Amino acid sequence: MSDKTKLSKVKKRIAKDKIVFGLVCFFSFLSMIPLFLIIWNVVSKGYKNFNWRLFTEVAPSSMDALIAKMSGEPIPGGILNGITGSILIVGMAVLLTVPLGLFVGIYLSEHPKNKFARTVSYLTDLLQGMPSIVIGIIAYIWVVKPLRSYSALAGSVALTIMMLPMVIRSTEETLKMLPPTLKESGLALGAPYASVIFRVILPSGFGGIFTGILLAVSRVMGETAPLMLTALGASVVNWNIFEPTSAIPLLIWDFYNDPNLVDIIWSASLLLLIVIFLLNWIAKIVARRWKI
Amino acid sequence: MENITENKSNNQEEISANEPILKLRNLSVSYAPGKKAVNNVSADIYPNTITAIMGPSGCGKSTLLRAINRMHDLYPNVETTGDIYLKGKNIMDMNPMEVRRMAGMVFQTPNPFPTMSIYDNVLAGYKLNGIKLKKKEKDEIVRKCLMAVALWDEVKDVINRRGSFLSGGQQQRLCIARALALEPEVLLMDEPTSALDPVSTNKIEELLLDLKKNFTILIVTHNMSQAARISDNSMFMYLGDLVEYAPTRQMFTKPQNKKTEEYLTGIFG
Repeated sequence: MSDKTKLSKVKKRIAKDKIVFGLVCFFSFLSMIPLFLIIWNVVSKGYKNFNWRLFTEVAPSSMDALIAKMSGEPIPGGILNGITGSILIVGMAVLLTVPLGLFVGIYLSEHPKNKFARTVSYLTDLLQGMPSIVIGIIAYIWVVKPLRSYSALAGSVALTIMMLPMVIRSTEETLKMLPPTLKESGLALGAPYASVIFRVILPSGFGGIFTGILLAVSRVMGETAPLMLTALGASVVNWNIFEPTSAIPLLIWDFYNDPNLVDIIWSASLLLLIVIFLLNWIAKIVARRWKI
Repeated sequence: MENITENKSNNQEEISANEPILKLRNLSVSYAPGKKAVNNVSADIYPNTITAIMGPSGCGKSTLLRAINRMHDLYPNVETTGDIYLKGKNIMDMNPMEVRRMAGMVFQTPNPFPTMSIYDNVLAGYKLNGIKLKKKEKDEIVRKCLMAVALWDEVKDVINRRGSFLSGGQQQRLCIARALALEPEVLLMDEPTSALDPVSTNKIEELLLDLKKNFTILIVTHNMSQAARISDNSMFMYLGDLVEYAPTRQMFTKPQNKKTEEYLTGIFG
């Protein structure tokens, strides 16, 4: 091969490299466009009603909104009932999920070869892929029917089922990444197993586990379908877990169905987006800080 | 046992005249039925000595060491048979947790507990066992143990910080302090310097020679010169058998067994 052909081959390869690199960048950029469009839409339409009232007043009735609209005033009321409802439902779901998820995660990471554990692990994956509406129906049958009422509790149960696989997986994966000698060196000090798990292993995996919980929360924060069948919604602030309760995504759905309230959708969505971004951001920081 | 008596009978040097602190009797460990990683080992370890366990990879030296603090109990498919007497008590009849407090262990990679401060790391044995101590006692233990591992001067001002910023060698010394805090009868060390640089290794070796005054040390090592430098007695293991157990000087100058000689001269390993 002459030097000339060698050189042209190299040039060709460099050109090829450049084209591939360009394509990768282009498609990465392309995939970000919807995200920016969503953010732009929500922010530009949502900031108008994004004020103190949004956090302090319950959702307006259709009539109030109509009157305000006719007289050219901003829509009265906010989404307080949705905010409190989301806090109640998601908070309770976290309380139900975390202990359960932690224990299952510990079990799976401790017995990776056990047949039962592997079955549980597989079923966890299946659960993760379960459509949320189906989970809503299950929670309806399990909780709403026996209690004969839609309730925040039923909503929490539905969200718990959705969060569980995420918390289990993140706990399991985090604990599996810890060096095995960490556990052994704890036990080598004559410490009981439980003490090593709770005082050495879990704290060491805190970053990963906490991140997993936060991401699971941000994931179910916007869930609507399972709540429609369980928490139903309410026009007042409710802290009773046995009563129907509203939530931010439920309000968004309500607003969508009411032409007079459409304007407030964007503010509610903006709040939801902010909360979810915040959770993700905190999760990132925690993951970085607590890296071991 | 045969090896030792044999050695004793036809050799000038003897391992020790004292009462042994640790007696291994017909100790076998198998990871799978019929496959013995340690095969019928008997030996006496004497107090205030350093005993090096040498041998090629997979010869069972770590397995032997881990049998002494019942680490194999953590894995249900590992089977340990035979007897181990620590200060006259058969540890095979004792609760493993109790045994592990009497036999401290230091691992290959330095592994201080990442979420605990240096102070708490030293006291981890007490904390994890739920043993309550007064502040004064705690301070005293921490100071004494960190001094014993020559770490006190280096960390006394940062004692409430986590140990993860320490160098590998410092971390390993912290792990030794953690093991010493429980005042174990024997200190089991599984290649404690193989993840460290030469300077840190040197420091740990000096430390071991110092600790020998108060503790009995068993050290698994790949490094023959390390064994020669610090140990009083050496075991040579091959394919699960204890091939030779003799005073280190003798083993390195006049090994009794052909396999030992081949290993020490680098013919295999």
